[in-house]
Amino acid sequence: MIQQFVIHEEEYRRITAVCDRLTRDANAKSVFLVDKNGQLIASSGATDHIDTTSLASLTAGNIAATGGLARLLGEKEFSILFHEGERDNLHISIVAQKVILVVIFDSRSSLGLVRLRVKKASEELAQVFDEVQRRGDAMGLPSPFAEITDEDIDNLFN
Amino acid sequence: MPFINLPLREITCKIVYYGPGLCGKTTNLQYIYAKTSPEARGNMIALATETDRTLFFDFLPLGLGEIRGFKTRFHLYSVPGQVFYDASRKLILRGVDGVVFVADSLRDRLDANLESMENLRVNLAEHGYDLDTIPLVIQYNKRDLPNAMPVEELSRLLNTRKVPEFPAVAVKGEGVFETLKAIAKLVLQKVRSG
Repeated sequence: MIQQFVIHEEEYRRITAVCDRLTRDANAKSVFLVDKNGQLIASSGATDHIDTTSLASLTAGNIAATGGLARLLGEKEFSILFHEGERDNLHISIVAQKVILVVIFDSRSSLGLVRLRVKKASEELAQVFDEVQRRGDAMGLPSPFAEITDEDIDNLFN
Repeated sequence: MPFINLPLREITCKIVYYGPGLCGKTTNLQYIYAKTSPEARGNMIALATETDRTLFFDFLPLGLGEIRGFKTRFHLYSVPGQVFYDASRKLILRGVDGVVFVADSLRDRLDANLESMENLRVNLAEHGYDLDTIPLVIQYNKRDLPNAMPVEELSRLLNTRKVPEFPAVAVKGEGVFETLKAIAKLVLQKVRSG
């Protein structure tokens, strides 16, 4: 059996609610939640002008490279990254050692406020992802794709 | 690890193009990007050196359509092939669902192919994957060059698992989509079997 990361309706709703609240409370421009393999899980705020797929992939690459550096230095991980730009800043943190929380903010907010709000949001998100993990372990994750046929797959390429 | 978002009815799988330096991994992705309609693909990211050698990875998101109402997306990555980028190569394999091994058909690159295949085995194992069971397709690239080894000989040396294999000339697009379809199919079959 291969591992799958399955997000259900209720979890998605809770995750999105936490991201929405974080965007408001941190006075951020946008918030993204990305899995460590580079797939976007949820987003909130002003995301229209951003290539969210690329952002997710590059963020995961960034975290992976930083994790590699941490291990070289004997650290478990560097759990927070901060990139400061002329207009926008990027706050990246690891939640529950599994997912990556990205906050984009400008001068209307501050690093201190973002860090404070991220801490609270991370605790809530960690709880959701713990439940996702437990449900997965308990149910053995039956694939929603168990019913597809070879013909369905072939049709993708026609 | 496939990511399945039930509320959005989306599945995303990760495919990594692996192989020795200059074998044509990036060229495969560039051809797919060039020949796919903009609606079916996102932007291609290439983290490369000033001389256009892959430094960290190339990334191309691709939408293949729907299966039973699920949007089926593939994230294609290529690794840096040069030997000294092994730490980066290892990172890219995290969460991989299927691998395309791009072999360089040139006779003087045989050792590099064998070394890269062994490196793939070791790096997959670090993430808990087994080269003998993971969805895998092998592409023999640069078939148009005069000193290319016969496919049969390459196959005997590299394809001991007897996985799907394709001759290719990636710069001209020959074999590129055949390879992609084969790995996508293997990955989806594996997702189905759970």
